[in-house]
Formats: sequence, structure tokens, C-alpha cells
Amino acid sequence: MPRDSRIAAIVGINEYPLRVVGPGTNALQIKASCAAKALEDAGFTWQDVDAVYDTGTDQGIGGLGICEYFGFKPKVIDNTSVGGTSYEFHANHAMRMIAQGKCNLALITYGSTAHSDRRAIGTAGATGQGVSNMLNNMEDPWGLTLIGNYAMVKQRHKHQYGTTDEQFAAISVATRRHAMRNPEAVKAMTDLEFVGVREISVEDVLDSRIIAYPLHLLECCMVSDGGGAVLIASPEMARNARKKPVWIIGAGEATKYRENGGDITVSAGAQSAPVAFAEAGVSPSEIDILMAYDSFSITVMCMIEDLGFCTKGEGGDFVSDGKLHFDDPRKPTINTDGGGLSSNHPGARGIFLLMEATRQLRGESTSQVDGAKLAVAVGNGGQLGSRHATGVTVLAAD
Amino acid sequence: MAPLRPQPRFPESDTESFWEATKRHELTYQTCNRCNGVIFYPRRHCTYCGSDDTGWNVSQGLGTVYTFSVIVQSRHPAFKDLGAYAVAYVDLDEGFRIMTNIVGVQDPTTDIQCGMRVKLRWEDQGEGEVSLPMFEPA
Ligand SMILES: [Zn+2]
Repeated sequence: MPRDSRIAAIVGINEYPLRVVGPGTNALQIKASCAAKALEDAGFTWQDVDAVYDTGTDQGIGGLGICEYFGFKPKVIDNTSVGGTSYEFHANHAMRMIAQGKCNLALITYGSTAHSDRRAIGTAGATGQGVSNMLNNMEDPWGLTLIGNYAMVKQRHKHQYGTTDEQFAAISVATRRHAMRNPEAVKAMTDLEFVGVREISVEDVLDSRIIAYPLHLLECCMVSDGGGAVLIASPEMARNARKKPVWIIGAGEATKYRENGGDITVSAGAQSAPVAFAEAGVSPSEIDILMAYDSFSITVMCMIEDLGFCTKGEGGDFVSDGKLHFDDPRKPTINTDGGGLSSNHPGARGIFLLMEATRQLRGESTSQVDGAKLAVAVGNGGQLGSRHATGVTVLAAD
Repeated sequence: MAPLRPQPRFPESDTESFWEATKRHELTYQTCNRCNGVIFYPRRHCTYCGSDDTGWNVSQGLGTVYTFSVIVQSRHPAFKDLGAYAVAYVDLDEGFRIMTNIVGVQDPTTDIQCGMRVKLRWEDQGEGEVSLPMFEPA
């Protein structure tokens, strides 16, 4: 049984509608625009915000810079920056601060122009420039790309558990199907000039070119522009919000590294998920909606296993029988907005996981699951095959 | 001539000894004198107990491929014309895991497997430069 106590809720969301912003719009402007629209969604005002959560990486002096840009003088500033899952960390931290009475309305913001900047995030490899430290001195010379980093995890998963390329492809197939039902995702794929903006088959995935063996193009996320804002409120404020609150009922965060003798197929989610589910008082089998960070097919495979939706190593069978699709009666349904694979990935995706989970629990998704009551947002920050963080946020409908 | 790969850059006092040793074709790793933990990547303290009482050892250079990827698309100028090349984690017999390249194979996608035994092969980059510890089938 989900726990009864209600201590903090998502009350407002806004996802920046464009995935190609073009010249003349920057990350800070995206954040401010989304903040204003999320406040509209919640029915609150600019003056109501008393806590700011942002990675602080888009302007000088971190949290100080972003607060001045917005024009806020918050009581709480948190600039936790652990890559793409920073936003689950932010939501979890905000829940705890609200529970302690330190703030009443927390704003989480994200903005990026990764596509317009032509950042070759997946294939650039290390530059060999910037500040030198232990990590880049030991890793830069080998030519590993970001996609290659995740490909090493997929390779080990295939070796250790016999997982097949066909099984991995099922994740891309389900996600694209959901994307084709979401007009913003269709526009994103069109604007980013995807070859074939349509539903895809397992064969399509396997026929797409290899970027870093054994990862195919259609197992890799897009690089878009974009951003968003999420508002988290105390129960008192949540009762006055324009829409039904979506309650945060469980939270866990963890990190993991390259370790001597470590198992690369096990993510930090194996540490953070049990904490989150225990706090929530629910088990994975009760979860209707799984918003899993789909930077790559392998990321979703690891999250499904490490969160306990199935036994470690049995993710291949679990994902390939159709249950992930929104119209299949079995649980869980994944990534109903179209995911990072086919809707939105401007370099970090964690905030969009919270947003689509909120839409589902409000009944607003373009691939709505009837009667969805419980959702999990699970992010992956950093790089799965070396050092990464996994934030888990369990959410419940009002 | 292709541009040089990204190089380790100094001063950087955690890994400088490791890279200096490569010029003598020695693959080195640390062990902790308090808890006997094997420490890698190099750093000043033991990651298991926090002790700064650590010592250097030289590996025999024999190990096993833990996992790998074959990079087909790289935009980095030093790698983009190299063709498909393999990046791997290799588990050395002494108990440490290193990121490296697997070389000395015809087709990296078919000729490398997880669990394959490999041995050290130094890739010299030129006079005064660090040498790169790569691996080939044993
Ligand atoms: Zn020790």
C-alpha cells in the first residue's frame, strides 16, 4: 500500500515546445519562459517561488547567477549537478526541504541549446583540453565516445545474460510508437530531420547503422534544444493549485563508478531504488508508468532490472513481449511522451521524466494509460559505463 | 600525419608517476599498505580505507577483456580517419581494471570477445612522449 502521508507535490509543469530554437534564444531565456508558464499551469505567481533548483551551469556563479537572472530572492538554493538525473535529485531534495518547512514552492529549471550549438555530444570523444585531472588523464587517450561508453555496457549485458539486439530494439519500438502519438514529438523529429518520422519495427532498428558497436543509431537518443520547469509545493499550497497535485511519495539517490572487479551492468539504481520504493511503500509491480531515462536502449534495460521490475539479466524477455506499450493492460508502460529516443533530449532529460509522469497521473498524456495511479521517474546522469548517478522519484496521483 | 590523440597533461600529481613509468614500459598500479586494497586509477589515498600509505607495483601485463565497444563514428580529429577501433576495459590479473584499446586483431567486431585473454603491447608515440598501454590477444 502506498504510504498515506502527503508532504510535497508537483503542481505545475511546462516543457519548452521547440526542439530547434535557432539563433537568438539562449538557455536562460528558455528557463525563464518555462518558469512563467509552469506558474500559469499551477495557478501561482512569480512572487510565490521561494526555492530555486537548477544545476547552475548555464551562468556565472551558479545558483547566485540564476537567481539574479530570474529576479528571485529564494530561501533555498540547490545547485546539485549530477548530469541528466540532476532533476530527480532536485525534486527529491525539494520534497525534503518542504517537509522540513524550509520553503513552500520550489522551482526546478532546465534549458539547453545543445542542437543549435551543434554539440556532437555522442560522438565527439574527449577533447584533451580544459583542466587536467585523474579521470581525463587516464581516459582521454583511448578515443572513447559517449555512445561507445554506453555500448560497452550493452556489450557486457549481451555477454553476461545472453540479451539479444532484437530485445534491446523492442525498447526503441515502443518509445517511437508513443512518440508518433505526441504532436510535440512528431514536430521534434521533423525539425531535427529524422529519416522516416513514423512507427518503427525491430528490423528497422537492427538495419540502422552502427554508431558504436553494438549500439545502432535507432537505439540512441536525439540531440535537441529545449528545456522545462517543474513546480513542487507544500500540501497547503498544493490544495490551492489549479490542477490536481501529483504527490512525491518516495525518493532515492545514488552514484556509481568504474571499479576494480565491479559489475558494469548494475547501475546506481540498484542502490537508490530500494530506498525510494521503501519510502513510498510500494513495490515495482504496482507501478503503472515507468519514465526511464532513455539516452540509449541499454540505459532503459538496466533501469528496468535495477529498479526490480524483473530479475537482473531477465530484462530482455521482460521488454520484448509488448507490455511496455501504453495500450497493453500489463504494467509498466514506459516513456509515453516518446522519450529521449524520439521526443526530447537536449543533453539532459531528467526533468522531462517528472513532467510526463505528472501528465499521466493528471490524465493529460497523449498516450494516456487508463487509471494510472503510480509512476516512477528514474534518471541517469553522467555516463553509465564509467561514472553515473541514478535518481529515483516515486509519484502518486491525488 | 594524423593529429596526436588527446594526451595526459601535467602537472597533475595523481597520475604523473603512472605515466612517467610508461616511458620505461612499466604498467604500474598502487596497493594500500594498511588494507592491501588494489587502487586504480592512481591517486594519493586508498579508496577502501582512506590511508595515504600506498605503494607502487609493476603489473605483468596479462589480463582479460571485461567489455569493449568498437567505435565506428568519432568526430575527434585524431580518431575520425582511423576506421573502426576498439575501446575496452581490461581486468589485469593483479586485480585492477584499465580503460585501453585492443589492437592486433583483423576485425574488432568479430575478433574480440568479453572474457578473451590479452597481453600488454606498448604503443610508443615518439621521443619523450608517454607510451600508451594497449592490449592484444594473448
Ligand atoms: Zn586501504
